[in-house]
Amino acid sequence: MLQLENLSRRFGATAAVQDVSLTIPAGQMVGVIGRSGAGKSTLLRMINRLTEPSSGRILHDGADVTALRGQALRDWRTRCGMIFQQFNLVQRLDVLTNVLVGRLNHHPGLLGTLTTLFKHFPAEERAMALAALDRFDLADQALQRADTLSGGQQQRVAIARVLMQEPRLILADEPVASLDPRNSRTVMEALRDVNRRDGITVLCNLHHLEIARDYCDRIIAMQAGRVMFDGPPAGLTAAKLREIYGVSEAEFDEQSLMEPARRPAHGPETSQAAAFTA
Amino acid sequence: MHAIAAHLPAVRRGEEAYRDLRRQRRVRTALGLALLLAGLLAAGWMSEFHPATLLAGLPRIGEYFGRILPTLRWDALFSGVETEGSLAFWFYRLDTWALLLLQTAQMAALATLSGAAVALLLAFPAARNIAPNAWAHQITRRGLEATRTIPEIVYALIFVWAFGVGPLAGILAIAIHTAGALGKLFSEVIENTEMQAWDGLRASGANWAQACRYAVLPQVAPNLVSYALLRFEINVRGASVIGFVGAGGIGQELYQVIAFNYYEEISAIVLLIVLTVMLIDLVSERLRHRLIDTAGER
Repeated sequence: MLQLENLSRRFGATAAVQDVSLTIPAGQMVGVIGRSGAGKSTLLRMINRLTEPSSGRILHDGADVTALRGQALRDWRTRCGMIFQQFNLVQRLDVLTNVLVGRLNHHPGLLGTLTTLFKHFPAEERAMALAALDRFDLADQALQRADTLSGGQQQRVAIARVLMQEPRLILADEPVASLDPRNSRTVMEALRDVNRRDGITVLCNLHHLEIARDYCDRIIAMQAGRVMFDGPPAGLTAAKLREIYGVSEAEFDEQSLMEPARRPAHGPETSQAAAFTA
Repeated sequence: MHAIAAHLPAVRRGEEAYRDLRRQRRVRTALGLALLLAGLLAAGWMSEFHPATLLAGLPRIGEYFGRILPTLRWDALFSGVETEGSLAFWFYRLDTWALLLLQTAQMAALATLSGAAVALLLAFPAARNIAPNAWAHQITRRGLEATRTIPEIVYALIFVWAFGVGPLAGILAIAIHTAGALGKLFSEVIENTEMQAWDGLRASGANWAQACRYAVLPQVAPNLVSYALLRFEINVRGASVIGFVGAGGIGQELYQVIAFNYYEEISAIVLLIVLTVMLIDLVSERLRHRLIDTAGER
Protein backbone atom coordinates (compact mmCIF):
# COMPACT_ATOMS: atom_id res chain seq x y z
CA MET A 1 0.00 0.00 0.00
CA LEU A 2 1.27 3.43 -0.97
CA GLN A 3 0.35 6.39 1.18
CA LEU A 4 1.00 10.03 0.40
CA GLU A 5 0.56 12.42 3.32
CA ASN A 6 0.21 16.14 2.60
CA LEU A 7 2.79 15.94 -0.14
CA SER A 8 3.82 19.32 -1.58
CA ARG A 9 6.46 20.60 -3.92
CA ARG A 10 7.23 24.20 -4.72
CA PHE A 11 9.45 25.48 -7.50
CA GLY A 12 10.31 29.00 -6.44
CA ALA A 13 7.05 30.84 -5.99
CA THR A 14 4.89 28.32 -7.83
CA ALA A 15 3.47 25.31 -6.07
CA ALA A 16 3.59 22.37 -8.48
CA VAL A 17 1.94 19.98 -6.04
CA GLN A 18 -0.04 21.11 -3.00
CA ASP A 19 -1.10 19.03 -0.03
CA VAL A 20 -1.77 15.81 -1.85
CA SER A 21 -2.89 12.96 0.39
CA LEU A 22 -3.70 9.63 -1.21
CA THR A 23 -3.91 5.98 -0.24
CA ILE A 24 -3.35 3.49 -3.02
CA PRO A 25 -3.87 -0.18 -2.11
CA ALA A 26 -1.59 -2.77 -3.68
CA GLY A 27 -2.67 -4.06 -7.09
CA GLN A 28 -4.70 -1.06 -8.17
CA MET A 29 -4.41 0.57 -11.58
CA VAL A 30 -4.75 4.29 -11.05
CA GLY A 31 -4.94 6.98 -13.70
CA VAL A 32 -3.89 10.51 -12.82
CA ILE A 33 -5.40 13.03 -15.21
CA GLY A 34 -4.98 16.74 -15.62
CA ARG A 35 -3.56 19.25 -18.04
CA SER A 36 0.11 19.86 -18.33
CA GLY A 37 1.15 21.99 -15.42
CA ALA A 38 -1.38 20.31 -13.13
CA GLY A 39 1.44 18.66 -11.17
CA LYS A 40 1.00 15.06 -12.33
CA SER A 41 4.59 14.64 -13.41
CA THR A 42 6.03 16.22 -10.27
CA LEU A 43 3.80 13.98 -8.16
CA LEU A 44 5.08 10.81 -9.82
CA ARG A 45 8.70 11.94 -9.80
CA MET A 46 8.42 12.67 -6.09
CA ILE A 47 7.21 9.15 -5.36
CA ASN A 48 10.30 7.75 -7.12
CA ARG A 49 12.35 10.54 -5.46
CA LEU A 50 13.71 11.88 -8.75
CA THR A 51 12.21 15.12 -7.46
CA GLU A 52 12.46 15.88 -3.73
CA PRO A 53 9.24 16.83 -1.93
CA SER A 54 9.19 20.23 -0.22
CA SER A 55 7.03 18.83 2.55
CA GLY A 56 4.86 15.82 3.35
CA ARG A 57 5.58 12.12 3.58
CA ILE A 58 5.55 9.10 1.30
CA LEU A 59 4.95 5.72 2.94
CA HIS A 60 5.09 2.32 1.33
CA ASP A 61 3.73 -0.60 3.36
CA GLY A 62 4.11 1.58 6.41
CA ALA A 63 7.78 2.39 5.79
CA ASP A 64 8.72 6.01 5.27
CA VAL A 65 10.56 6.42 1.95
CA THR A 66 10.67 10.23 1.98
CA ALA A 67 14.13 10.53 3.53
CA LEU A 68 15.90 7.45 2.18
CA ARG A 69 19.46 7.88 0.98
CA GLY A 70 22.17 5.82 -0.70
CA GLN A 71 21.55 2.10 -1.06
CA ALA A 72 18.16 2.29 0.67
CA LEU A 73 17.01 4.92 -1.83
CA ARG A 74 18.24 2.83 -4.75
CA ASP A 75 16.39 -0.18 -3.34
CA TRP A 76 13.21 1.87 -3.15
CA ARG A 77 13.65 3.07 -6.72
CA THR A 78 14.09 -0.53 -7.83
CA ARG A 79 10.84 -1.44 -6.07
CA CYS A 80 8.92 1.35 -7.79
CA GLY A 81 9.79 1.24 -11.47
CA MET A 82 9.31 4.25 -13.68
CA ILE A 83 8.13 4.63 -17.27
CA PHE A 84 8.72 7.93 -19.08
CA GLN A 85 7.03 9.82 -21.86
CA GLN A 86 10.25 9.79 -23.91
CA PHE A 87 10.94 6.11 -23.04
CA ASN A 88 14.39 7.08 -21.67
CA LEU A 89 16.17 4.11 -23.19
CA VAL A 90 19.87 4.21 -24.00
CA GLN A 91 19.55 4.79 -27.72
CA ARG A 92 22.94 3.47 -28.77
CA LEU A 93 22.69 0.22 -26.79
CA ASP A 94 20.95 -2.91 -27.99
CA VAL A 95 17.48 -3.74 -26.73
CA LEU A 96 18.59 -6.68 -24.59
CA THR A 97 21.10 -4.57 -22.67
CA ASN A 98 18.48 -1.87 -22.22
CA VAL A 99 16.28 -4.46 -20.52
CA LEU A 100 19.14 -5.97 -18.47
CA VAL A 101 19.84 -2.52 -17.08
CA GLY A 102 16.78 -3.07 -14.89
CA ARG A 103 18.81 -5.65 -12.95
CA LEU A 104 21.69 -3.34 -12.04
CA ASN A 105 20.61 -2.80 -8.45
CA HIS A 106 20.21 -6.55 -7.97
CA HIS A 107 24.03 -6.68 -8.00
CA PRO A 108 24.82 -4.64 -4.92
CA GLY A 109 28.17 -3.86 -3.40
CA LEU A 110 31.51 -3.08 -4.96
CA LEU A 111 31.91 -6.47 -6.59
CA GLY A 112 28.40 -6.34 -8.03
CA THR A 113 29.01 -2.87 -9.42
CA LEU A 114 32.32 -3.95 -10.96
CA THR A 115 30.86 -6.98 -12.71
CA THR A 116 27.96 -4.96 -14.10
CA LEU A 117 30.34 -2.22 -15.28
CA PHE A 118 31.92 -4.83 -17.54
CA LYS A 119 28.48 -5.74 -18.79
CA HIS A 120 28.56 -9.13 -17.18
CA PHE A 121 25.06 -10.43 -16.47
CA PRO A 122 24.35 -14.04 -15.49
CA ALA A 123 22.65 -16.30 -18.02
CA GLU A 124 19.49 -16.50 -15.87
CA GLU A 125 19.06 -12.74 -16.12
CA ARG A 126 19.54 -12.83 -19.87
CA ALA A 127 16.87 -15.53 -20.05
CA MET A 128 14.63 -13.41 -17.84
CA ALA A 129 15.16 -10.40 -20.11
CA LEU A 130 14.44 -12.37 -23.27
CA ALA A 131 11.28 -13.78 -21.68
CA ALA A 132 10.17 -10.26 -20.73
CA LEU A 133 10.79 -9.08 -24.29
CA ASP A 134 8.98 -12.10 -25.70
CA ARG A 135 5.97 -11.26 -23.56
CA PHE A 136 5.64 -8.01 -25.52
CA ASP A 137 6.52 -9.59 -28.90
CA LEU A 138 9.97 -8.05 -29.01
CA ALA A 139 12.26 -11.08 -28.61
CA ASP A 140 13.31 -10.90 -32.26
CA GLN A 141 14.49 -7.32 -31.82
CA ALA A 142 16.66 -8.16 -28.80
CA LEU A 143 19.98 -7.47 -30.51
CA GLN A 144 18.92 -4.39 -32.45
CA ARG A 145 19.90 -0.96 -31.28
CA ALA A 146 17.11 0.75 -29.32
CA ASP A 147 16.99 3.68 -31.73
CA THR A 148 15.94 1.39 -34.58
CA LEU A 149 12.61 0.64 -32.87
CA SER A 150 9.35 2.55 -33.20
CA GLY A 151 8.04 4.61 -30.30
CA GLY A 152 5.53 1.96 -29.29
CA GLN A 153 8.18 -0.73 -29.34
CA GLN A 154 10.57 1.41 -27.32
CA GLN A 155 7.94 2.00 -24.66
CA ARG A 156 7.33 -1.74 -24.40
CA VAL A 157 11.10 -2.27 -24.03
CA ALA A 158 10.92 0.26 -21.19
CA ILE A 159 8.15 -1.79 -19.58
CA ALA A 160 10.25 -4.95 -19.96
CA ARG A 161 13.12 -3.09 -18.27
CA VAL A 162 10.88 -2.13 -15.37
CA LEU A 163 9.72 -5.73 -14.99
CA MET A 164 13.36 -6.80 -14.61
CA GLN A 165 13.46 -4.71 -11.45
CA GLU A 166 10.72 -6.97 -10.01
CA PRO A 167 8.89 -3.89 -8.77
CA ARG A 168 5.92 -3.66 -6.44
CA LEU A 169 4.74 -0.49 -8.09
CA ILE A 170 5.07 1.08 -11.54
CA LEU A 171 4.92 4.83 -12.06
CA ALA A 172 4.15 5.69 -15.66
CA ASP A 173 4.65 9.36 -16.51
CA GLU A 174 2.62 10.08 -19.66
CA PRO A 175 3.53 6.70 -21.18
CA VAL A 176 1.50 7.23 -24.34
CA ALA A 177 1.71 10.98 -24.89
CA SER A 178 4.34 10.58 -27.64
CA LEU A 179 2.56 7.71 -29.38
CA ASP A 180 -0.11 7.39 -32.04
CA PRO A 181 -3.52 5.96 -31.01
CA ARG A 182 -2.76 2.37 -32.09
CA ASN A 183 0.57 2.25 -30.26
CA SER A 184 -1.04 3.95 -27.27
CA ARG A 185 -3.43 1.02 -27.03
CA THR A 186 -0.71 -1.64 -27.18
CA VAL A 187 1.33 0.14 -24.50
CA MET A 188 -1.71 0.63 -22.23
CA GLU A 189 -2.63 -3.02 -22.74
CA ALA A 190 0.90 -4.02 -21.75
CA LEU A 191 0.60 -1.94 -18.58
CA ARG A 192 -2.81 -3.43 -17.77
CA ASP A 193 -1.42 -6.92 -18.37
CA VAL A 194 1.41 -6.22 -15.94
CA ASN A 195 -1.12 -4.94 -13.44
CA ARG A 196 -3.52 -7.88 -13.75
CA ARG A 197 -1.15 -10.79 -14.19
CA ASP A 198 1.74 -9.72 -11.96
CA GLY A 199 -0.36 -7.85 -9.46
CA ILE A 200 1.85 -4.78 -9.66
CA THR A 201 0.29 -1.47 -8.67
CA VAL A 202 0.30 0.93 -11.62
CA LEU A 203 0.10 4.68 -11.22
CA CYS A 204 -0.26 6.24 -14.62
CA ASN A 205 -0.30 9.90 -15.69
CA LEU A 206 -2.59 10.49 -18.63
CA HIS A 207 -4.02 13.54 -20.25
CA HIS A 208 -6.57 11.63 -22.28
CA LEU A 209 -9.74 10.90 -20.35
CA GLU A 210 -10.91 8.14 -22.63
CA ILE A 211 -7.75 6.10 -22.10
CA ALA A 212 -7.92 6.63 -18.37
CA ARG A 213 -11.55 5.44 -18.35
CA ASP A 214 -10.78 2.37 -20.45
CA TYR A 215 -7.81 1.10 -18.48
CA CYS A 216 -7.92 2.36 -14.92
CA ASP A 217 -9.87 1.17 -11.85
CA ARG A 218 -9.60 4.55 -10.27
CA ILE A 219 -9.10 8.06 -11.53
CA ILE A 220 -7.46 10.96 -9.75
CA ALA A 221 -8.04 14.33 -11.37
CA MET A 222 -5.56 17.10 -10.63
CA GLN A 223 -5.77 20.80 -11.23
CA ALA A 224 -3.18 23.39 -10.18
CA GLY A 225 -1.34 20.94 -7.97
CA ARG A 226 -4.37 19.76 -6.04
CA VAL A 227 -6.44 16.58 -6.20
CA MET A 228 -9.94 17.63 -7.31
CA PHE A 229 -11.46 14.20 -7.82
CA ASP A 230 -10.62 10.73 -6.62
CA GLY A 231 -12.88 7.81 -7.43
CA PRO A 232 -13.99 5.20 -9.93
CA PRO A 233 -14.14 6.25 -13.62
CA ALA A 234 -17.93 6.22 -13.53
CA GLY A 235 -17.87 8.91 -10.86
CA LEU A 236 -16.12 11.38 -13.13
CA THR A 237 -19.29 12.56 -14.83
CA ALA A 238 -19.59 15.32 -17.37
CA ALA A 239 -20.92 17.60 -14.66
CA LYS A 240 -18.00 16.80 -12.36
CA LEU A 241 -15.53 17.41 -15.17
CA ARG A 242 -17.09 20.76 -15.97
CA GLU A 243 -16.97 21.64 -12.31
CA ILE A 244 -13.21 20.95 -12.12
CA TYR A 245 -11.95 22.12 -15.48
CA GLY A 246 -14.84 24.20 -16.79
CA VAL A 247 -15.03 22.24 -20.04
CA SER A 248 -16.72 19.20 -21.52
CA GLU A 249 -14.85 15.93 -22.02
CA ALA A 250 -14.45 16.50 -25.76
CA GLU A 251 -12.98 19.94 -25.09
CA PHE A 252 -10.71 18.52 -22.38
CA ASP A 253 -9.26 15.93 -24.74
CA GLU A 254 -8.96 18.47 -27.52
CA GLN A 255 -7.03 20.85 -25.30
CA SER A 256 -4.77 18.01 -24.25
CA LEU A 257 -3.95 17.35 -27.87
CA MET A 258 -2.86 20.93 -28.38
CA GLU A 259 -0.47 20.78 -25.48
CA PRO A 260 3.14 20.26 -26.37
CA ALA A 261 4.03 16.59 -26.14
CA ARG A 262 7.64 17.29 -25.20
CA ARG A 263 8.60 18.69 -21.90
CA PRO A 264 12.06 19.14 -20.39
CA ALA A 265 13.14 16.07 -18.44
CA HIS A 266 14.07 18.20 -15.46
CA GLY A 267 12.44 20.95 -13.53
CA PRO A 268 8.86 21.90 -13.03
CA GLU A 269 6.08 21.59 -15.48
CA THR A 270 5.51 25.06 -16.75
CA SER A 271 2.11 26.35 -15.91
CA GLN A 272 0.09 26.62 -19.04
CA ALA A 273 -3.27 26.90 -17.41
CA ALA A 274 -3.41 30.56 -18.38
CA ALA A 275 -3.31 29.66 -22.05
CA PHE A 276 -6.57 27.79 -21.74
CA THR A 277 -8.66 30.43 -20.05
CA ALA A 278 -8.83 32.31 -23.34
CA MET B 1 0.92 43.79 -52.63
CA HIS B 2 4.16 45.27 -51.26
CA ALA B 3 2.83 48.77 -51.36
CA ILE B 4 -0.19 47.71 -49.34
CA ALA B 5 1.82 45.69 -46.83
CA ALA B 6 4.21 48.57 -46.19
CA HIS B 7 1.38 50.66 -44.77
CA LEU B 8 0.25 48.08 -42.25
CA PRO B 9 1.20 49.23 -38.76
CA ALA B 10 2.52 45.76 -37.85
CA VAL B 11 4.78 45.76 -40.87
CA ARG B 12 6.03 49.28 -40.16
CA ARG B 13 6.73 48.50 -36.55
CA GLY B 14 8.43 45.23 -37.46
CA GLU B 15 10.56 46.92 -40.11
CA GLU B 16 11.62 49.64 -37.71
CA ALA B 17 12.51 47.16 -35.01
CA TYR B 18 14.47 45.13 -37.55
CA ARG B 19 16.45 48.18 -38.68
CA ASP B 20 17.14 49.19 -35.09
CA LEU B 21 18.42 45.72 -34.32
CA ARG B 22 20.61 45.71 -37.41
CA ARG B 23 22.07 49.09 -36.54
CA GLN B 24 22.82 47.93 -33.02
CA ARG B 25 24.52 44.79 -34.32
CA ARG B 26 26.64 46.76 -36.76
CA VAL B 27 27.81 49.13 -34.05
CA ARG B 28 28.64 46.20 -31.82
CA THR B 29 30.56 44.41 -34.58
CA ALA B 30 32.54 47.56 -35.44
CA LEU B 31 33.34 48.10 -31.77
CA GLY B 32 34.45 44.50 -31.40
CA LEU B 33 36.71 44.72 -34.44
CA ALA B 34 38.28 47.95 -33.18
CA LEU B 35 38.98 46.34 -29.82
CA LEU B 36 40.48 43.30 -31.50
CA LEU B 37 42.75 45.46 -33.64
CA ALA B 38 43.89 47.47 -30.63
CA GLY B 39 44.58 44.23 -28.77
CA LEU B 40 46.58 42.84 -31.67
CA LEU B 41 48.69 46.00 -31.95
CA ALA B 42 49.35 46.00 -28.21
CA ALA B 43 50.30 42.33 -28.31
CA GLY B 44 52.63 42.89 -31.26
CA TRP B 45 54.29 45.82 -29.54
CA MET B 46 54.74 43.99 -26.24
CA SER B 47 56.04 40.79 -27.80
CA GLU B 48 58.52 42.78 -29.93
CA PHE B 49 56.98 41.64 -33.16
CA HIS B 50 58.61 44.31 -35.31
CA PRO B 51 58.07 44.11 -39.06
CA ALA B 52 61.59 45.46 -39.61
CA THR B 53 63.19 42.59 -37.69
CA LEU B 54 60.98 40.18 -39.56
CA LEU B 55 62.09 41.50 -42.94
CA ALA B 56 65.75 41.51 -41.95
CA GLY B 57 65.60 37.95 -40.65
CA LEU B 58 63.67 36.35 -43.51
CA PRO B 59 66.65 35.83 -45.83
CA ARG B 60 68.53 34.11 -43.02
CA ILE B 61 65.85 31.41 -42.85
CA GLY B 62 66.61 30.64 -46.47
CA GLU B 63 70.30 30.62 -45.64
CA TYR B 64 69.73 28.05 -42.88
CA PHE B 65 67.78 25.84 -45.22
CA GLY B 66 70.60 26.16 -47.74
CA ARG B 67 72.99 24.86 -45.15
CA ILE B 68 70.99 21.90 -43.88
CA LEU B 69 69.98 20.71 -47.33
CA PRO B 70 72.14 17.86 -48.52
CA THR B 71 74.28 18.09 -51.66
CA LEU B 72 72.73 15.40 -53.83
CA ARG B 73 74.19 14.41 -57.17
CA TRP B 74 71.88 13.11 -59.84
CA ASP B 75 74.29 10.53 -61.20
CA ALA B 76 75.02 9.12 -57.74
CA LEU B 77 71.51 9.41 -56.29
CA PHE B 78 70.92 5.71 -55.79
CA SER B 79 74.49 4.67 -55.08
CA GLY B 80 75.61 3.07 -51.82
CA VAL B 81 76.30 4.59 -48.44
CA GLU B 82 79.93 5.23 -49.34
CA THR B 83 79.22 7.55 -52.27
CA GLU B 84 78.92 11.22 -51.40
CA GLY B 85 75.77 12.80 -52.92
CA SER B 86 73.61 9.69 -52.78
CA LEU B 87 70.35 9.30 -50.83
CA ALA B 88 71.88 6.48 -48.83
CA PHE B 89 74.75 8.77 -47.84
CA TRP B 90 72.29 11.42 -46.70
CA PHE B 91 70.28 8.91 -44.61
CA TYR B 92 73.32 6.88 -43.54
CA ARG B 93 71.85 6.27 -40.08
CA LEU B 94 68.35 5.41 -41.27
CA ASP B 95 68.19 2.19 -39.21
CA THR B 96 68.89 4.01 -35.94
CA TRP B 97 66.52 6.84 -36.81
CA ALA B 98 63.74 4.48 -37.83
CA LEU B 99 64.05 2.72 -34.49
CA LEU B 100 64.00 6.06 -32.68
CA LEU B 101 60.93 7.14 -34.64
CA LEU B 102 59.21 3.91 -33.68
CA GLN B 103 60.14 4.59 -30.08
CA THR B 104 58.71 8.09 -30.41
CA ALA B 105 55.40 6.80 -31.79
CA GLN B 106 55.24 4.20 -29.03
CA MET B 107 55.88 6.84 -26.40
CA ALA B 108 53.01 8.84 -27.84
CA ALA B 109 50.73 5.79 -27.98
CA LEU B 110 51.45 4.70 -24.42
CA ALA B 111 51.15 8.22 -23.08
CA THR B 112 47.87 8.79 -24.92
CA LEU B 113 46.41 5.49 -23.72
CA SER B 114 47.30 5.97 -20.08
CA GLY B 115 46.41 9.66 -20.15
CA ALA B 116 43.04 8.91 -21.76
CA ALA B 117 42.32 6.20 -19.17
CA VAL B 118 42.89 8.66 -16.32
CA ALA B 119 40.92 11.32 -18.17
CA LEU B 120 38.00 8.93 -18.63
CA LEU B 121 37.83 8.19 -14.92
CA LEU B 122 38.04 11.85 -13.91
CA ALA B 123 35.75 13.22 -16.62
CA PHE B 124 32.56 11.83 -15.04
CA PRO B 125 32.91 13.55 -11.65
CA ALA B 126 34.20 16.63 -13.50
CA ALA B 127 31.05 16.93 -15.63
CA ARG B 128 28.67 19.40 -14.04
CA ASN B 129 25.45 17.65 -15.05
CA ILE B 130 26.24 14.31 -13.42
CA ALA B 131 28.83 15.11 -10.73
CA PRO B 132 27.91 13.19 -7.56
CA ASN B 133 28.46 16.30 -5.42
CA ALA B 134 29.93 19.78 -5.64
CA TRP B 135 33.15 18.73 -3.91
CA ALA B 136 34.00 15.95 -6.35
CA HIS B 137 33.19 18.29 -9.21
CA GLN B 138 35.42 21.12 -7.98
CA ILE B 139 38.33 18.90 -7.00
CA THR B 140 38.47 16.98 -10.29
CA ARG B 141 37.95 20.15 -12.32
CA ARG B 142 40.77 21.99 -10.57
CA GLY B 143 43.00 18.91 -10.66
CA LEU B 144 42.55 18.54 -14.40
CA GLU B 145 43.25 22.25 -14.85
CA ALA B 146 46.46 22.00 -12.85
CA THR B 147 47.81 19.08 -14.89
CA ARG B 148 46.82 20.78 -18.12
CA THR B 149 48.29 24.22 -17.53
CA ILE B 150 51.84 23.01 -16.82
CA PRO B 151 53.58 22.39 -20.18
CA GLU B 152 54.80 18.90 -21.01
CA ILE B 153 58.39 20.08 -21.21
CA VAL B 154 58.34 21.16 -17.56
CA TYR B 155 57.07 17.75 -16.46
CA ALA B 156 59.71 16.16 -18.69
CA LEU B 157 62.50 18.13 -16.99
CA ILE B 158 61.26 17.02 -13.56
CA PHE B 159 60.94 13.37 -14.58
CA VAL B 160 64.33 13.29 -16.33
CA TRP B 161 65.78 14.55 -13.07
CA ALA B 162 63.89 11.90 -11.12
CA PHE B 163 64.02 8.82 -13.37
CA GLY B 164 67.05 9.64 -15.50
CA VAL B 165 67.43 10.26 -19.24
CA GLY B 166 65.16 8.08 -21.38
CA PRO B 167 61.66 7.54 -22.77
CA LEU B 168 59.99 6.82 -19.38
CA ALA B 169 60.29 10.48 -18.41
CA GLY B 170 58.80 11.51 -21.75
CA ILE B 171 55.91 9.08 -21.51
CA LEU B 172 54.99 10.23 -18.01
CA ALA B 173 55.24 13.88 -18.95
CA ILE B 174 53.00 13.54 -22.00
CA ALA B 175 50.57 11.23 -20.18
CA ILE B 176 49.97 13.75 -17.38
CA HIS B 177 49.41 16.61 -19.77
CA THR B 178 47.14 14.39 -21.89
CA ALA B 179 45.06 13.40 -18.85
CA GLY B 180 44.44 17.07 -18.12
CA ALA B 181 43.68 18.09 -21.67
CA LEU B 182 41.48 15.11 -22.52
CA GLY B 183 39.77 15.15 -19.11
CA LYS B 184 38.45 18.63 -19.84
CA LEU B 185 37.32 17.72 -23.36
CA PHE B 186 35.72 14.47 -22.15
CA SER B 187 33.82 16.20 -19.36
CA GLU B 188 32.52 18.78 -21.81
CA VAL B 189 31.29 16.02 -24.13
CA ILE B 190 29.56 14.42 -21.13
CA GLU B 191 27.94 17.73 -20.21
CA ASN B 192 26.31 17.82 -23.65
CA THR B 193 24.63 14.41 -23.37
CA GLU B 194 20.89 13.87 -23.25
CA MET B 195 19.80 13.26 -19.67
CA GLN B 196 16.78 11.08 -20.43
CA ALA B 197 18.69 7.80 -20.32
CA TRP B 198 20.32 9.02 -17.09
CA ASP B 199 16.91 9.57 -15.51
CA GLY B 200 15.84 6.14 -16.71
CA LEU B 201 18.86 4.50 -15.09
CA ARG B 202 18.63 6.42 -11.83
CA ALA B 203 14.91 5.73 -11.60
CA SER B 204 15.57 2.00 -11.86
CA GLY B 205 17.90 2.07 -8.84
CA ALA B 206 21.25 2.03 -10.66
CA ASN B 207 24.08 3.62 -8.70
CA TRP B 208 26.17 6.52 -9.94
CA ALA B 209 28.90 4.43 -11.57
CA GLN B 210 26.38 2.17 -13.27
CA ALA B 211 24.44 5.14 -14.62
CA CYS B 212 27.69 6.61 -15.97
CA ARG B 213 28.52 3.33 -17.65
CA TYR B 214 25.13 2.66 -19.20
CA ALA B 215 23.46 6.01 -19.71
CA VAL B 216 26.44 8.24 -20.56
CA LEU B 217 29.29 6.13 -21.91
CA PRO B 218 27.43 4.65 -24.91
CA GLN B 219 26.36 8.15 -25.94
CA VAL B 220 29.80 9.71 -25.69
CA ALA B 221 32.14 6.81 -26.59
CA PRO B 222 32.57 7.68 -30.30
CA ASN B 223 33.37 11.27 -29.43
CA LEU B 224 35.82 10.28 -26.71
CA VAL B 225 37.69 7.87 -28.97
CA SER B 226 37.84 10.51 -31.66
CA TYR B 227 39.30 13.06 -29.24
CA ALA B 228 41.80 10.48 -27.95
CA LEU B 229 43.01 9.78 -31.48
CA LEU B 230 43.30 13.49 -32.17
CA ARG B 231 45.33 13.78 -29.00
CA PHE B 232 47.51 10.89 -30.22
CA GLU B 233 48.33 12.89 -33.35
CA ILE B 234 49.27 15.86 -31.20
CA ASN B 235 51.31 13.66 -28.87
CA VAL B 236 53.37 12.21 -31.72
CA ARG B 237 54.50 15.74 -32.48
CA GLY B 238 55.02 16.42 -28.78
CA ALA B 239 57.02 13.22 -28.33
CA SER B 240 59.37 14.16 -31.15
CA VAL B 241 60.51 17.36 -29.44
CA ILE B 242 60.33 16.25 -25.80
CA GLY B 243 63.62 14.43 -26.34
CA PHE B 244 65.29 17.86 -26.37
CA VAL B 245 65.39 17.70 -22.58
CA GLY B 246 66.55 14.09 -22.60
CA ALA B 247 63.17 12.42 -22.38
CA GLY B 248 63.74 9.88 -25.14
CA GLY B 249 62.65 9.43 -28.72
CA ILE B 250 63.90 11.02 -31.93
CA GLY B 251 64.06 14.44 -30.28
CA GLN B 252 67.13 13.47 -28.30
CA GLU B 253 68.97 12.63 -31.54
CA LEU B 254 67.68 15.78 -33.25
CA TYR B 255 68.90 17.91 -30.38
CA GLN B 256 72.35 16.38 -30.64
CA VAL B 257 72.76 16.91 -34.38
CA ILE B 258 71.53 20.47 -34.01
CA ALA B 259 73.97 21.08 -31.15
CA PHE B 260 76.87 19.67 -33.17
CA ASN B 261 75.78 21.45 -36.36
CA TYR B 262 75.57 18.24 -38.41
CA TYR B 263 73.59 20.14 -41.01
CA GLU B 264 72.71 17.33 -43.40
CA GLU B 265 71.55 15.08 -40.60
CA ILE B 266 69.23 17.81 -39.29
CA SER B 267 67.38 17.90 -42.60
CA ALA B 268 67.27 14.10 -42.81
CA ILE B 269 65.75 13.73 -39.35
CA VAL B 270 63.30 16.60 -39.78
CA LEU B 271 62.16 15.10 -43.07
CA LEU B 272 61.66 11.71 -41.41
CA ILE B 273 59.66 13.26 -38.57
CA VAL B 274 57.44 15.16 -41.00
CA LEU B 275 56.80 12.00 -43.03
CA THR B 276 56.02 9.91 -39.93
CA VAL B 277 53.67 12.49 -38.44
CA MET B 278 51.88 12.85 -41.77
CA LEU B 279 51.48 9.09 -42.07
CA ILE B 280 50.15 8.72 -38.53
CA ASP B 281 47.79 11.68 -39.01
CA LEU B 282 46.45 10.10 -42.17
CA VAL B 283 45.83 6.68 -40.61
CA SER B 284 44.40 8.15 -37.41
CA GLU B 285 42.03 10.39 -39.34
CA ARG B 286 40.71 7.41 -41.31
CA LEU B 287 40.28 5.50 -38.07
CA ARG B 288 38.44 8.37 -36.41
CA HIS B 289 35.91 8.66 -39.20
CA ARG B 290 35.31 4.91 -39.11
CA LEU B 291 34.92 4.91 -35.32
CA ILE B 292 32.38 7.71 -35.31
CA ASP B 293 30.10 5.48 -37.36
CA THR B 294 30.47 2.26 -35.40
CA ALA B 295 31.71 2.78 -31.84
CA GLY B 296 29.46 3.08 -28.82
CA GLU B 297 27.30 0.08 -29.45
CA ARG B 298 29.16 -2.04 -26.96
